[in-house]
Amino acid sequence: MALELVDIHKHFGRVRANDGVTLRVEAGELHGLLGENGAGKSTLMKVLSGFHEAGSGEISLDGELLALRSPRDAIEAGIGMLHQDPLVFLPFTVLDNFMLGSGTNDRGIAAEGLDELSDRFGFSFDHDTPVRRLTVGERQQLEIARLLWLGARVLILDEPTTGISASQREQLFATLKTLAAEGMIVVFVSHKLEEIEDLCDRVTVMRLGKVVGETRLPVPAEQLVEMMFGKIIAPTGRAGSSTGSTTLRLDDVVLGSGLLNTDATSLGVSEGEIIGLAGLEGSGQRLLLEACTGLLEPESGSIALGDKDMTGLAYRSYHEAGVHYLPAGRLEEGLVSGLTITEHFVLAAGASDFFVDWDAAADRAAALIEEFSIKGTPDSTAESLSGGNQQRLLLAMMPPHIRLLLMEHPTRGLDIESADWVWTQLLERRDHGTAVVFASADLDELLLYSDRILVFFAGRVIKELDARQTDGDQLGHLIGGRSVA
Amino acid sequence: MEELATIIATASPLVYAVVGETITEKAGVINLSLDGSIMLSAMAAFATSFITGSVWLGFLAAILVSAGIAALIAFSSIKLHLNQIAVGFVLTLLAADLASFLGDPYVGERAAHVEPWAIPGLSKIPVIGDVLFDHNLSVYGSYLVVIAAYWFIFRTKRGLELQGVGERPEAAFARGIPVNRLRYIYTIIGGGLVGMAGAAFSLDVKLGWRDGLTQNFGWIALAIVIFGGWHPIRGAIGCYLFGALQTLALKLQPVWPDLSQILPILPFALMIFTLLLVYLDWFRRLGDRHPGWRRLLASDPPSGIGRIFKRE
Repeated sequence: MALELVDIHKHFGRVRANDGVTLRVEAGELHGLLGENGAGKSTLMKVLSGFHEAGSGEISLDGELLALRSPRDAIEAGIGMLHQDPLVFLPFTVLDNFMLGSGTNDRGIAAEGLDELSDRFGFSFDHDTPVRRLTVGERQQLEIARLLWLGARVLILDEPTTGISASQREQLFATLKTLAAEGMIVVFVSHKLEEIEDLCDRVTVMRLGKVVGETRLPVPAEQLVEMMFGKIIAPTGRAGSSTGSTTLRLDDVVLGSGLLNTDATSLGVSEGEIIGLAGLEGSGQRLLLEACTGLLEPESGSIALGDKDMTGLAYRSYHEAGVHYLPAGRLEEGLVSGLTITEHFVLAAGASDFFVDWDAAADRAAALIEEFSIKGTPDSTAESLSGGNQQRLLLAMMPPHIRLLLMEHPTRGLDIESADWVWTQLLERRDHGTAVVFASADLDELLLYSDRILVFFAGRVIKELDARQTDGDQLGHLIGGRSVA
Repeated sequence: MEELATIIATASPLVYAVVGETITEKAGVINLSLDGSIMLSAMAAFATSFITGSVWLGFLAAILVSAGIAALIAFSSIKLHLNQIAVGFVLTLLAADLASFLGDPYVGERAAHVEPWAIPGLSKIPVIGDVLFDHNLSVYGSYLVVIAAYWFIFRTKRGLELQGVGERPEAAFARGIPVNRLRYIYTIIGGGLVGMAGAAFSLDVKLGWRDGLTQNFGWIALAIVIFGGWHPIRGAIGCYLFGALQTLALKLQPVWPDLSQILPILPFALMIFTLLLVYLDWFRRLGDRHPGWRRLLASDPPSGIGRIFKRE
């Protein structure tokens, strides 16, 4: 059995997301689809799953030509897709999610099907839990089980490792290997080189809407990087950190949201220091960042910037004191969808005049687009930019002098080149005395750029580490809540 | 006892409207034209009954009018990508004015109305029989609609698909569900029930037609849908609560004659106040403490409500 895509074209307006893509995937092999953000991987897979209708091209499975006009056609042909953000219904129960769209009305049969598949792959579900309470990894497992139950012969996974824990990732990879070994066609879409290398037997690389190469794995990583980017990028090294006077000081700060309370935390951050916050998602990192930016008032304890006590002051006071926060939800919390790049720069500059000089604003935007190499025009809206370019826009919008920069997942979802660029910018700020505190789920990023790392577990800082004397294993164990001597 | 029976009867048109709008909103569409739809349907029902002498044809006319308005809202949002709130608001004004204009010849006339019919057997049950089963077909129909809607939405496969379409249209689409077709169907069905509300007013509860006969009941129905947490049974409870407030206001009129201007409006204000209570944190947490009641106590709107589903 083999899946064949021949000369697929898909355009969105003038953007050629897929420009004549031809791909052949054999059953029994784990096939990777690699490429940087915006290379056209997701579009191709959405065409394959019937989500988008292709402009032209042919798709055949097992020699049989398929007409995929809707996801229904794809499901009937045995093609199932796990979307990057699992398309589940959060308020519905596990079993309702499993059944929805399956065509059966018999809860007993559905429950049996779910249990059987769960047993096979070592998943565990309580049928009556609302899916909202499940982790992203568990939602994926539920979707995989559902697609298999519907009789999928082809399984597509679009960036499935974003936002799941390391152990869930291992379990996912084991599941995929089992499925491929059983003769399924598995397509694994990712922009992360290591994952493709870890998991796949064969890889197809896409760039700018086209296939640029295909090879059996393993091959040297440099060869894949060159295919992805056309050039080799040297990793940014760590410069010696200069530590001056204290920028931020937390004393016995206790934080609480409805869901999580943190223990008393104390922390001092010096000028030009980079602090990494490690831990599973939702272990208290976000609360700490929000407290440092004045968005969350501590229940007790004090926060000071330099010599000034900031406890209880509002976000605006922090902002004026030189604190800048870039949350993880770039489009949801950082940018305004519907507004153009020019309008964003005008907003960020603050109002001094009553009228806006739009010509000057557009010129300034064009200059900043050039300087920060944003792929877009002054008239591009925020939501039309890719994740990497949204992050570039956010960095371009930062005021020139910042004392304290707080970031959540600075490079999540970015390709290597963009991620590298982001850190070049951050390190430059650091060199000018800005203190940086960032939360990340990427261990390499934490180890490579931090001076010190705080490890969070269930609302508590369980360890403060010197990044230079720590390795990935130790950090990984700590994040999982296992203390290492 | 007599009061309870009155509450049940006077609330029955609202029950139709609330259940209809609940179904529509569950599918992710807001039909904001309720107030005008009910008015025009009430007028159409009365006029039809007056001309033909048939209550049945009166109800049918009312259903067709409101279903037609609902179809217009669905079309303008799904096909033309217009804002549902704006279209609904314009239609509510238009329909109300149209009712006032077209209904002028029928003001003060008498027409065939829904005849009382005690259900044999059931109406003889002590207490319950008098309260629930000594009314007419319009009132019994309102019970049926609540139960049928509850059963359909929460117990059937189609009902689950309906919820899915309103909750996350992209996910429903990914599962092969024809999102926009279902939205058309449920908006029109919901509209039909709203039409029955109009007929139940002019052919049963308020007997007759005059300008402004059902004014504000559409808005209160929209509020009760929210109070009801998009659940037909809780919505019906809201309707009966409102009916009780109305009856109470009526009873208090002779006690405080000075307040006779305010009392008829008071139930509307109190209903909005109750709506606020439902949104307080303690009420929301009740659902976490009693998982069995979670669905009845939850009050989150369908996430995809008012959002147009477009395939790229």
